[in-house]
Amino acid sequence: MSAQPATTGSTGAGSAGNTVTGDPLRPGNPAKTVAAVPERRRSNRFRSRVLTPYLMLAPGILLFAVFMAAPIFYTLYLSFQRIEVSGLGLGSGARKQVFAGFDNYAAALSDPEFGASVGRVLTYGVILIPSMLGLALLFALLLDSRRSRATTFTRVSIFLPYAVPAVISSLLWGFLYLPSVSPFYYVTERLGFDMPQILSSGLIMFGIANIALWGGVGFNMIVIYTSLKAVPNDIYEAARLDGASEMQIALRIKIPIVMPSLIMTGLFSIVATLQVFAEPTTLRPLTNTLSTSWTPLMKVYRDAFTRDDIYSAAASSIVIAAATLLISFVFLRVVQKRAFGQED
Amino acid sequence: MRSFLRVGAMATVAATALLTAGCSSPAADQPAADGPVELSFWAWAPNIEKVVDLWNEENPEIKVTVSKQDGGDPAITKLLTAINAGSGAPDLIQAEYQKIPTLVASDALADISEGAGGLQEKFPEGVWDSVTLGGDALYAVPQDSGPMMFYYREDIFKELGLEVPTTWEEYADVARAVHASDPKRYLGTFSANDAGWFAGMAQQAGTSWWSIDGDSWGVDIDSEATEKVASYWGGLVEEGAIDNKPMYTPEWNAGLNDGSQVGWLSAIWAPGVLSGNAADTAGLWKVAPMPQWEGEEATGNWGGSSTAVTSQSEHAEAATEFATWLNTDPEAVQALADVSNVYPAATEEAESALTTAPDFFSNQPDFYDVAADVAQTVNPFTYGPNVNVAFSAYNDEFAKAADAKTEAAFVDALKAMQEITVTDLEDNGFNVK
Repeated sequence: MSAQPATTGSTGAGSAGNTVTGDPLRPGNPAKTVAAVPERRRSNRFRSRVLTPYLMLAPGILLFAVFMAAPIFYTLYLSFQRIEVSGLGLGSGARKQVFAGFDNYAAALSDPEFGASVGRVLTYGVILIPSMLGLALLFALLLDSRRSRATTFTRVSIFLPYAVPAVISSLLWGFLYLPSVSPFYYVTERLGFDMPQILSSGLIMFGIANIALWGGVGFNMIVIYTSLKAVPNDIYEAARLDGASEMQIALRIKIPIVMPSLIMTGLFSIVATLQVFAEPTTLRPLTNTLSTSWTPLMKVYRDAFTRDDIYSAAASSIVIAAATLLISFVFLRVVQKRAFGQED
Repeated sequence: MRSFLRVGAMATVAATALLTAGCSSPAADQPAADGPVELSFWAWAPNIEKVVDLWNEENPEIKVTVSKQDGGDPAITKLLTAINAGSGAPDLIQAEYQKIPTLVASDALADISEGAGGLQEKFPEGVWDSVTLGGDALYAVPQDSGPMMFYYREDIFKELGLEVPTTWEEYADVARAVHASDPKRYLGTFSANDAGWFAGMAQQAGTSWWSIDGDSWGVDIDSEATEKVASYWGGLVEEGAIDNKPMYTPEWNAGLNDGSQVGWLSAIWAPGVLSGNAADTAGLWKVAPMPQWEGEEATGNWGGSSTAVTSQSEHAEAATEFATWLNTDPEAVQALADVSNVYPAATEEAESALTTAPDFFSNQPDFYDVAADVAQTVNPFTYGPNVNVAFSAYNDEFAKAADAKTEAAFVDALKAMQEITVTDLEDNGFNVK
């Protein structure tokens, strides 16, 4: 989905575990027991001490090597290659793969379209991330407040769009954005309003951000809500005894306490934003305002599969991966101290 | 595993092999030892599997299995990926004409001139050129062609008192009149999503975007003729007489159905699209030859495809035999026309197969007479080895122009398209004139 990589599910589940327990005073790790090591022969000790952990790690290492490391290294290899054609380039033997040095990287970095696509993604992120996290936080706080009713139903309805695949939601919204088939435009026209064209060049960015927002708010809300639920009640009681209002409790206690969750969802959102692909790709056939290289990943896709040039696509991929890593790292550096300062 | 089975089969069924070899097809590379030759065929023409069933009934020793594809572009992308990977390609693939140079440049197609070279006289010259690329090799057997024609809503034309345009000047006047009658109504749209459509327009104007000159490619996308076409459409979009939204969107479909799209410059296969997307308008459309520039009657091609044998096929001979049958056998051609609704490329076979107008055009009994006349006037056109690059440049550049709505932007878009295409060829090391 647009706003979160699939891997975040495990983190969510982890936090959910805390909710079920609901007891912050739970001891660290009950499973961790220290077994007395009996007297054994040296070879046995070697086997259990050194080999066993590796044996247990082996499936993980193997899967990682085959499905993560190998493709990454192959991509790196491809990014330094290119096709050299001779003559008309027809028939067998007219094409050969040659070493390209840093040509592909130079081409990727100097391509104005690549820079423009990065610029668009940054604008998109500036629109999407604050509004998505802001809404998610707001909904989570509302659900957690004492006077809320029908919270389960509300929570599920806000979360539900996350279960709709991005391609499907983009198709749905695409229909709603096309004036002559959209009920929105039908209604506003009957009411005498002139609704602006969302698929026009000025508004398309908001149109796409809206799709991601619709799909992403629910997930982030659940993450934040879950960490709110883990807050011990006596803190609130103490605050109320001191005369704090619900608003003050939200601003002074709840938000600081869920800051780590906000940072985590923020990080995932940044990564997902840099990788936005499905929404603009699905909307592209509907409008003149989305190019085939509208986002960096769309450019990678176009180079690899429309232009059949996997080499420059590989170089662009490496650049995007490195940039994502760098941005995530810087983001964590900047916010970490603020968020976890008290724990240090 | 496979070779193990083969050895086993050789040892134990040698006698059977000898027996059955006698009655198996002479074209099969490895007769009978492995049972029937199995051919895989990637195709997207509607109901093509029913046509293939006819072959399988008559030819038990060469079994063809159709693997249905989403369309021309995704199938080619998958094929190129399989070719790059070294395995996974089918024996046969349905390939649009404009994809053939790209496929040949990637060494994805087998030369089948030995098995099918004799078919030349069955096809129009322009079509044959696009499967030989003007050389001695033969890379595919032509299946269908897509001569462009002008479709219009006869009822609305009558209501507005309009004549069918025969020149582009008249087309522009009719477009203005249609739009003036209702601001939501257009005679057509300029679609930045359909490069093949625009290429057909350029072809009609008498130009060819690529050419082969000895050992070099020529690229002439921004020729005078294409520029004339680009600025014509740019002008119509600028004054607002023609819509600028892409084709094949839900909105466009709705427009065809509710009469806000009054005409469509399309190809022979349009009835299939119209009956699917604008079912309410059956019997209201008519077809006419394209509006003309000065000079001889001419048209372009939009779409049309061929059956090619891939370079990974281990049964090229059997595959060639099937491709030949599919596109030239009278029974197969009849089935292609009836069940798959394509306009067969084989001239004589098409004529005898297509006698009654499509159901959607029951109001125009001479539909295929008009089509046959138009099909004779298709201009020659050469596609190059990087059509994919040029077409994706069209999508991007003309989308910008259509959004900007100025004639100048259309001409600029064409220049950008030329530059991107030439730069790509040069960067890859092709000889460019």
